[in-house]
Amino acid sequence: MSPSTRRAFVIGSAIAAVMPLSSARATPEQMRKAIEAVTRGAKINTGKVTLDIPPLVENGHTVPLSVTVDSPMTDADHVRAIHIFNENNPQPHVLHANLGPRSGRALLSTRIKLNASQRIVAIAELSDGGFWSGAAEVVVTLAACVEEIV
Amino acid sequence: MASVLVNVPKTAKRGEVIEIKTLIAHPMETGFRAGPNGRLIPRDIITRFTCVYDGAEVFGLTLTPAIAANPFIAFTTVATQSGTLVFRWTGDNGFSVEESASISVE
Amino acid sequence: MRSLPAIVSAGALAVFLVTWAMAQTADPRRSGYQEMGASLRAMQDDDSANPGMLWVGEGRALWARREGAAGKACADCHAGETAMAGVAARYPAFDAATNRPIDLGQRVNRCRVEQQKAEPLAPESRELVALSAFIARQSRGQPIAPPDDPRLRPFVESGEALWRQRQGQLNLSCAQCHDDNAGGRLAGATIPQGHPTGYPIYRLEWQAVGSLKRRLRNCLVGMRAEPYAYDSAEYAALELYLMSRARGMAMEAPGVRP
Ligand code: HEC
Ligand code: HEC
Repeated sequence: MSPSTRRAFVIGSAIAAVMPLSSARATPEQMRKAIEAVTRGAKINTGKVTLDIPPLVENGHTVPLSVTVDSPMTDADHVRAIHIFNENNPQPHVLHANLGPRSGRALLSTRIKLNASQRIVAIAELSDGGFWSGAAEVVVTLAACVEEIV
Repeated sequence: MASVLVNVPKTAKRGEVIEIKTLIAHPMETGFRAGPNGRLIPRDIITRFTCVYDGAEVFGLTLTPAIAANPFIAFTTVATQSGTLVFRWTGDNGFSVEESASISVE
Repeated sequence: MRSLPAIVSAGALAVFLVTWAMAQTADPRRSGYQEMGASLRAMQDDDSANPGMLWVGEGRALWARREGAAGKACADCHAGETAMAGVAARYPAFDAATNRPIDLGQRVNRCRVEQQKAEPLAPESRELVALSAFIARQSRGQPIAPPDDPRLRPFVESGEALWRQRQGQLNLSCAQCHDDNAGGRLAGATIPQGHPTGYPIYRLEWQAVGSLKRRLRNCLVGMRAEPYAYDSAEYAALELYLMSRARGMAMEAPGVRP
């Protein structure tokens, strides 16, 4: 590798190293508050919820995400809502979806924006009033050779 | 010209769980970004998506600026009877788009 | 619309066959598609999840719309959803009127002006990109097949010279990254070999579909070099060289790239 190529690589990895650290800290607290606003203090059980998100994200503008909840989805026992939270976007409550027995399965896929590496939490609200959660850690890398105006 | 793609199976067996996928062209401008002139670009997002199947809402989604541009939304529903699924996206600046698809259920 | 599943599966089969044929001959060339993670490959593969298909849909609508003083639609002269099959795989092509290569977008504008008697569409405008996506989609799965036109040869050669020339404040050449360091990493991204297989692509970075020229422009900016003007001979030459370098690889439009 020529020195100039190496320089480009160094610039690139310097950016990649600085970005997540500088902005990743402040907000797990805000995420906790946003979750509390949904659960109103109820206990959150771990399990039943599978959050499928690539561990290494090639571009934070569009991160595919899908949530499934282990539930029979009957009138008596179903998922009422699925919520997604993150630690690091200006608004921690990313989305909520309303489901019911007519959903057949508790499944939701969409794509979200992530400005840095962080932890994502999915919470399912069940018909019996219980809350269940699943989480995933995501590493966001930066795209190379972008346009001037981002 | 709001451009939309919805993918619904044309036929299904009664009681079958079908997957529905939707895409809509929309910038999902967050309201947190500065434009070239340094001023914030005003928020312009879709805030709500619903799917109504034979008069009943079977799926709803509340969106925020953290949803990626050109939103993709996929979910499932039980094929109950032949009829129409109506998809509606609403949002900032009076954004409102409706699309429908029919399904025949045996 | 109704025949779409048939077109899709035929396209998927063709991509498979071309890929398989390349694997048999141990072709060292890799599409940028192969450098992506499973979830982005899945996004490209599924037409009902690939956001580029929104542009294809807009292109289909524009294709059928009457435009200009002639009051003609593209569809009035080019019939059917497959009228343009294979066309995107052999552009840029030599244009006798201007004595130089023109790319697909410029060819579309030629029909806008001469056939429809309408204003040309701005380079990289949503309409032009959508029409190009609609046209290129019809070549999915076909091998890239640059024309064997001797008049193009000098342009391919100058494209290759540009590819190898160091430029910009970082004093880098395209070849240093895409030939010498392909497969390596840059700011977290894998450096692809730089094949024009997917164009026009939905680039996540753009949150939109854009042309190969827009992609080249991004690399030039990354090299801290002055990007060329959209209709410059340099882009046409680079595009031609890239197509000849990728001869035989499968078209994927609309591709998805990070
Ligand atoms: C410093 C290294 C570097 C240089 C120099 C460079 N590129 Fe790139 N190029 C990249 C990277 C990295 C990507 C992929 C970016 C991503 O995925 O975010 C890329 C992507 C591309 C692609 C898209 C490939 C695809 O799969 O769609 C093309 C085409 C391309 N470059 C052409 C060029 C040309 C032409 C030049 C010279 C004018 C050039 N590049 C110079 C690093 C470079
Ligand atoms: C009035 C008739 C007419 C209209 C309208 C028209 N074209 Fe054409 N187009 C032609 C003719 C004639 C050719 C040249 C055919 C040839 O070279 O074999 C052509 C060639 C092309 C080619 C090159 C095909 C090749 O094989 O290289 C493309 C691409 C194209 N047209 C796209 C379009 C688009 C897009 C539109 C609408 C914006 C359009 N055309 C509208 C008549 C028309």
